[in-house]
Amino acid sequence: MTLTRASAWRCAAVLTGIALVVTACGTSADDEASGSDEAGDPAAAFEPPDLPMLEEIGAGEGELNILSWAGYAEDGTTDPNVDWVSPFEDETGCQVTNKVFNTSDEAVSLMQSGQYDVVSASGDASLRLIAGGDVEPVNTDLVPNYVDIWPFLKDRAWNTVNGVNYGIPHGWGANVLMYNTQEVDPAPASWSVVFEDAEQQDGRVTAYDSPIYIADAAMYLMETEPDLGIENPYALDDDQLAAAVDLLKQQSESVGEYWADYTKEISAFKTGSSTVGTTWQIIANLAKADGAPVDVVLPEEGATGWSDTWMVGAESEHKNCAYLWMDWIASPDVNAQVAEWFGEAPGNSKACDLTADPDHCATFHAGDEEYAEQIWYWTTPIEQCLDGRTDVTCTDYAAWTQAWTEIKG
Amino acid sequence: MRTPFSRRVSAHLHRRPRLRLWALLTAPMFWLVVVYLASLAALLVTAFWSTDSFTSEIVRDWNLDNYRLIYESSVYRTIIVRTLAVALGVTAVCTVVAIPFAYYMAKVAGPREQKILVVAALMPLWVSYLIKGFSWRILVGENGVLDNTIGATPGFGTAAVVLTLSYLWLPYMVLPVYAGFERLPDSLLDASGDLGAKPSRTFWSVVLPAIFPSVVAGSIFTFSLSMGDYITVDIVGGSTQMLGNVVFDNQVYDLPFAAAMATVTVAIMVVYLRLVRRTGALENI
Repeated sequence: MTLTRASAWRCAAVLTGIALVVTACGTSADDEASGSDEAGDPAAAFEPPDLPMLEEIGAGEGELNILSWAGYAEDGTTDPNVDWVSPFEDETGCQVTNKVFNTSDEAVSLMQSGQYDVVSASGDASLRLIAGGDVEPVNTDLVPNYVDIWPFLKDRAWNTVNGVNYGIPHGWGANVLMYNTQEVDPAPASWSVVFEDAEQQDGRVTAYDSPIYIADAAMYLMETEPDLGIENPYALDDDQLAAAVDLLKQQSESVGEYWADYTKEISAFKTGSSTVGTTWQIIANLAKADGAPVDVVLPEEGATGWSDTWMVGAESEHKNCAYLWMDWIASPDVNAQVAEWFGEAPGNSKACDLTADPDHCATFHAGDEEYAEQIWYWTTPIEQCLDGRTDVTCTDYAAWTQAWTEIKG
Repeated sequence: MRTPFSRRVSAHLHRRPRLRLWALLTAPMFWLVVVYLASLAALLVTAFWSTDSFTSEIVRDWNLDNYRLIYESSVYRTIIVRTLAVALGVTAVCTVVAIPFAYYMAKVAGPREQKILVVAALMPLWVSYLIKGFSWRILVGENGVLDNTIGATPGFGTAAVVLTLSYLWLPYMVLPVYAGFERLPDSLLDASGDLGAKPSRTFWSVVLPAIFPSVVAGSIFTFSLSMGDYITVDIVGGSTQMLGNVVFDNQVYDLPFAAAMATVTVAIMVVYLRLVRRTGALENI
């Protein structure tokens, strides 16, 4: 595939969906930028479009369209006791419409439509959104609660490019292993139950239906096949990707079904058609509440995970409401509620004092920088190897997408 | 007294046949040319482009890489063949179920019963596609209805996809076949019997040739709707992938490749329709 990066930047602003067929591309040259070949830090590998940030915050526009992961914007419909959207609406007058997405790919695609004001982007979406000009820089001075965000979450590669902040850190967590306590005995301690020993639960293994899941296999290989020399599960050369693909192909023979929609995973664990596989803490909580005999474990090999950022849509017409929302969700009280509901470490350092379960922050290692550094956060794999290697070209997300189709067969 | 506005308009139009033609044709032509053909053209054109690997923005350099990948990669060939097999399977199941059902509706049932049966055949169309899909998920799943009643279930997979799609598209087969039976005069069946033909002979030599065009008409629906489906596969397909899933998985990230894959569906449908035309069935509908 031939990629002319420089010309892509120039087109960035005008390329949306089918409209591009009739839109004369290249006439809008205000996003002039160039690519560079610096390896290592992905942020150094591109120059984002030059977009202005909000200078001052005015009255709310009365409307806010949120694009979020499931469980990030709860208005009481899932559980009457879980509601931080209604108080926000009462306080700011911004009526919230929330759209839940299932994968980062979906988030990127929906943001490209320009219909959403804020998005909770994981690391495998955030840089793509920044590079595509779909989100704009965020003026952290307008978000008073930003000062209380853990310092180790600020100015990171997935939320800051060339020193410019593009969002407010939300929280982070690990993709954990869920298993059926009746069928999987003894309790697993390793990801091997879904890889090498997957046959023991033949036809009942499940996995996250997204190319980013390849990183889970790569991370497992980091521990079990050190000869492959994988340093970072998001920086795989051709041989390393092939090894991960082989492992996942072997896994797919035992996979009953893949999940992307979290409700599908809950129903599969409830009926017993899935008994072991990767999950998010919130899915396990909901499944347990639904009566499924499940438990979760953080396996010994470590885990992939997410560190999410609230970002503002570049074409948003409700930017005041968007900033009000970002401040709301980053406030200690609300951040504590979200973190507990979703099952993740809160981004706000003061949130830990306000959780209903006093041990929540200890359980999720909030503020534990060392622990946080051990999680392999979702990041978009690109040609420049993220582990700093310069002697090889790494496989990019397009290659991962093709590989994922091949794995499922 | 002034002439009413509508009268004046119709008088005006009456004197100008060309204006009349324009007024009649503008809306449908707009639909056909701009909305329908242009979007198809956009699809075809997009398939020859590529995407930036990082932002997934489209890069407009003309190339055949997407088609080459589909051709060279065995996984896409497998998926295309599987999709064809599912579409043909669904069509076969629908045909086998629809013929006796439609025969009973048209030839055996009394007028009152006939009305009830037509409503019954149409009833599934009143319910949302997703509800029907998830109902089948409950039916075929492990510890599901089938498992608990008859003790066997195909489980999530290709077989479940064929079953579910057959259920979803059955009305589109029943209705044309029913119409076909309606047009078949009873006297032909009587004549066949009077001439000594056994029921099976009557079926193969009289009934089937007469309703064949209707079956073909119905098959266009069942085949094309199955070719493009991806939601049912997602719900009951387990780890199965069909053409529609590949399009869906790639449309976010690699729209040109998704377009190339979608073009394959169009190509298959064109071939199918040409085959249908060759049977001469379309002229007899």
